[in-house]
This record gives sequence, structure tokens and C-alpha cells, in this order.
Amino acid sequence: MKIHEYQAKEILRQFGVSTPNGIVCFSVEEAVSAARSLGGSRWVVKAQIYAGGRGKGGGVKLAHSLEEVRQFAEGMLNKPLITHQTGPQGQIVHRLYIEQGVDIQREYYLGMVIDRARQRVCLMASSEGGMDIEEVAIKTPEKIHKILIDPISGLTDQDSVNVAGKIGLPTTCLDAAKALLSGLYQAFDETDASLLEINPLILTSSGQVIALDAKMNFDDNALFRHPEIVALRDTDEEDPDEIEAAKHDLSYIALDGNIGCLVNGAGLAMATMDIIKLYGGQPANFLDVGGGATAEKVTEAFKIMLRNPKLQAILVNIFGGIMKCDVIAQGVTAAAREVKLAVPLVVRLEGTNVDLGKKILAESGLPIISASNMAEAAEKVVGAIRKGA
Amino acid sequence: MSILINRDSRVITQGITGKTGQFHTQLCREYANGSQCFVAGVNPKKPGEQFEGIPIFATVKEAKQATGATVSVIYVPPPFAASAIDEAVDADLDLVICITEGIPVRDMLRTRYKMQGKRTLLIGPNCPGIITPDEIKIGIMPGYIHKKGRIGVVSRSGTLTYEAVAQLMALGLGQSTCIGIGGDPINGLKHLDVMKLFNDDDETDAVLMVGEIGGTDEEDCARWIKDHMKKPVAGFIAGVTAPPGKRMGHAGAIIAGGKGTAQEKIEVMEACGIRVTRNPAEMGRLLKSIL
Repeated sequence: MKIHEYQAKEILRQFGVSTPNGIVCFSVEEAVSAARSLGGSRWVVKAQIYAGGRGKGGGVKLAHSLEEVRQFAEGMLNKPLITHQTGPQGQIVHRLYIEQGVDIQREYYLGMVIDRARQRVCLMASSEGGMDIEEVAIKTPEKIHKILIDPISGLTDQDSVNVAGKIGLPTTCLDAAKALLSGLYQAFDETDASLLEINPLILTSSGQVIALDAKMNFDDNALFRHPEIVALRDTDEEDPDEIEAAKHDLSYIALDGNIGCLVNGAGLAMATMDIIKLYGGQPANFLDVGGGATAEKVTEAFKIMLRNPKLQAILVNIFGGIMKCDVIAQGVTAAAREVKLAVPLVVRLEGTNVDLGKKILAESGLPIISASNMAEAAEKVVGAIRKGA
Repeated sequence: MSILINRDSRVITQGITGKTGQFHTQLCREYANGSQCFVAGVNPKKPGEQFEGIPIFATVKEAKQATGATVSVIYVPPPFAASAIDEAVDADLDLVICITEGIPVRDMLRTRYKMQGKRTLLIGPNCPGIITPDEIKIGIMPGYIHKKGRIGVVSRSGTLTYEAVAQLMALGLGQSTCIGIGGDPINGLKHLDVMKLFNDDDETDAVLMVGEIGGTDEEDCARWIKDHMKKPVAGFIAGVTAPPGKRMGHAGAIIAGGKGTAQEKIEVMEACGIRVTRNPAEMGRLLKSIL
């Protein structure tokens, strides 16, 4: 799960991490009065969307007057912001974060991720703040320093001192750096974060070390123990079809193509998308109905796929193990009837009670195209679209 | 020989009294030698009770002492599953198979840390389990689709593994052992660990390696294969069409930071001499062609 920058900063402040003063706003008027109450003579108007690259996309602007705050806020609110992560349609900005301007003397990068191969939380730090860290990693990998954190003892003071030294933080800031790094790790650990990124971390002219930006993602598997994080969810930022799917315990991701896929199991679902592409088609979605799909679940899955206006055909690929093919076949026919399916439907069933399942499909009176293996299924679904076109 | 488990394995079921644990314990008992293999259950609140004749103990340690079991399978719900693994490791079992899906990464980081220097091996979590056909199945895969033979299968997913097995069966190829290592980012045995076991197993002639997007396990395994593997390996990687930044069902199946793409994995595998098919319907045929 993702959250906004201002929410991440609120969390970090609870762990003693310094950030600029700021106020979240939902209207232009709120933005102007936020700037007024923050005081000072410079403010940063920051569009709050989950996608990165906001600065380059024009979603972060420095205002030198309240009038400029108003102008920038008007320019961003309720308008799409396009960044390299949003796609060409952009993401509508519904929230702004107004922050006090700060003097930047130097910029650094700090990140924490899960290192899968080493099975530790990895702290990454670099003197190259404010840049795209993936670019830094390619061009100057020697400028990224990594520390693997022991999950029992946590981030030690010695680790922090080492990191601070490597990225060139002045020695006068060592105590501040120690407090900051230990706060960041504590925040990462205690909230079950999966990613934490401060880019940039800055040194101010008065010698303070401040998180100027903040990005946090969380482990979906751990949300059951973090109602406070779940409460931060902004459904404006999420795909409504994916939200609907999640309600029915379906794993759904919209893609650009026109062939809907309904599959049991994540690996088989990906393989099904791949084979559609291989046979010249384009998958419209990833959809894993899971191990315990019922007729109701299959019906919901059909409804969600059919919300996609680009959909031109559906491929159902089920390997019945514990889940029986006859149960799936009943679900598929019930769903096709309920939604009055008007696009070609190719069904490939394999596994437990497969003959019974195929019989149910054949005797349903529905125009279901049956396939006996994945290749045939892909060929038939791609062919069905060509015929229709 | 097969790898890791055979008809002589004795198994404890952790979470035997839950709905999932009961259902699958029954199916595992019905498979091949299962009725002799599944000898104990664990539930701290129900020691002394039985499930279909299987005695229930309060702890893994007690179950091991009383029955001599050295393997456990876990169906405990996600919030408690990592502790269940810890308990099995503390009881010094040989092998733990964790079926549970949805364990927090942070819990698994701690569990894996505690497992350092311990002899217990872990399969999973979030996996279908392991089967040595016609001897024993420990997990949730449908037993009847398998047959004893000489092909090893290792995969990160469930149904895609069944698909691979079905393709092998259609060509008359049985399996020595099939292992689903699970779809989570932090897990126990990796492709590489399983590949080493297959390499040393005199009942395995060739290996079908099924991977997916996310992480670098397949690449690590491929590099090892290049220098050490004495047997032919065929592969498939799912997710060529997966977009970056999206979690494709499995917690571990995500292309992050430009890493873990299917294309990258396929390239490394091929550069290491592994035959890889882009077509998931061709896994079986490709394997047969390299025998």
C-alpha cells in the first residue's frame, strides 16, 4: 500500500525525524491560508499524488508570495499531473501540501528497501541527493552505499556514523544524523514498511538535517495489524476496478489489451497473459481468482472484467487441483448468463473432474469455445477477436 | 532416493485443527503412504485430543519426542505462522513446509535471521508444498496428477507447477520430486538450493525450472547451473507481459527498481546454457527434447 508524502512525513515526525512545517490542503483558499499561517516569505506548493517524478512534471513549485501560492495552487488542484510514473493521462491532483521554504545547503539520498537475496532491510545512502537514484545506480554505483540491517539489534549508532561519513555529512551533524537514521529505521520497522525513501535529505545552512521529501510503501500482508495505516488509504489514487476486485478477494490488475483473463493462481495467470501475447493478442488484465473460487466469485470476476470498455474476448484458464472443474464450469455458465455475455468466451479446463466440467460447458447452450490446452486456448481467443473484427 | 522427503518421512501438522489443516491432512493421508507418514498434530490448546486418529500435542517438541517425526507442515493463519516456523526450527526438525499465504515480510525477516546456523530447512511460505510421487505428498497439490519418474520440478507457483506436471505426464514423464518454493519475497529454499539437491539425487535425470518475475533467484540459480550442474535443465519464466511496479498476485512477483523482469531472467538463463521456452504450453516438450 502507498501513501502520500504529507502522510509519510506525519509518520516520520512521530519517530523524531525532522521535516519542514507543512499543512495539507484540499482547496486554493486553504492553500493560501495555510501559507499565511505557516509564515515566512517562501513556500513550496506540492501536489500530492502517489506517483514519483512530481518535480519534473510541474507538481512542486516554489512560491515567493501568497499570490504565487494561489496561482500555483490553482494551476495544480483538480488538474491532471503527468509524470513518468503516471502514464500519459496523468493523475488528478486532489490534495496539496504547503510547506515552509527551507535553505538547502546540500542534498543527499536515503532509502530503505527489503533486500530479497540477503533477507535483510537494506539502507541505501548517497551523496547524490535530489536525483533519480536509479540513474545514479547505473552511472555512478560507487556513490551508493548500502548497509544491511540486523533485524534483532536494528540500526546501530556505528552504522549511522559510517553512513553519515560515507555520504559526506559534516561531522558537526553526527548526532543529528544518528537520531535521524535511527528514527527512520524505527519508522520503517514498526509500520511494516516495504519502502522508505527520503530524496532529498537536506542539510540546511543552519546545520539542520531535514527530510525534504518522503515516500513510504507498506507490506500489504501486514496491514491487518496497522489500522492506522489503512486509514490513510486514498481511493482516488487507486484503480476502482482493482478496489472492487479486492472486496471480492480477487487479485486484479488492469492492462492495456482487449483479452480478459480469468485464471486460478498467480503464476498461471501471468503465464496465460504471456501466451496470449505470444499468439499475437494483448491481455486486458491480470486476474487471479485464487484457490477457493466459488460460482459467486467467478461471476464477480466476469463483472469486473466486463467493466473494461476495451474488452473484446475472455479467456478462462483453470487448472483444477483442489478446486474442481465442474464447480468452475458451473460458475462460468452462471456468470455468462447473469452478465448476458456478448463477447467470445474461450474456456480451458484441466485437472480434477475435467470431463464433468467440459460436459457442463457443452450442455449449457452457451456459445462457449472449449480448448483442451493453453496453446489452443490462446490461439482460439486471438482468432475469435480477428473473426469479429 | 528423491529429494528431501520419501515414504519414510514422518510428518507433524501444525495447525491440524483448522479447516485448511484438516482438509489437506486428510488428502495427504489418503495419498500413497500418507496414512503411515502423518503421525502427529500440534495445537497448544488441544493436547491429548486426536484428529482422525492422529494424536495432537501441545508443542512441536513434544510431537517430535513422542513420534520421532522430523518434518512439519504449517497451515497456521498468517499472524501466527512465522512463530510456528520458529517453533519447528527450535525443535530441530529436518524440514519445515509452510503453506500459509500472507505472512508479513517483517515476521519472515526475523524468522529467517533466527534460522541462521540452524540445520532446519524451510520450504515456503506461500507455497503448494512438496511431493515425491507415489510415496508421499506434503502440501495442497492434487496428488493424482503426478506419477513416479525421473524429472525434478522446482517452481515458485502453485497451479503453474501443476500445469508443468500435467505437460510432463502427457508425454509420459514421471517426476522424482516436485517442489513449490513459494511466491513470497522472503522465503526458505530457493531455486538454487533445490537445484543442488536434484544434482546430487541419483533418481533425478533432468530438471524443469519454473520461475516468475521479481527478485534474482532464477539468475543466481542459472549461474550456478552453468558451472556445476551435471544434468539438463529446461526453464520457463512467467511474467514477460507483467508491467513494472505492480504486484502480480504473489507478494514476491513484482518488478521493482527495474530489476526482476522476465526478460532479464530469460537472458541470464540462456547465457548460462539453460534451454528456456517463451511458451508456457511448451514446458513439457522442451524438457523432453533435452533428455
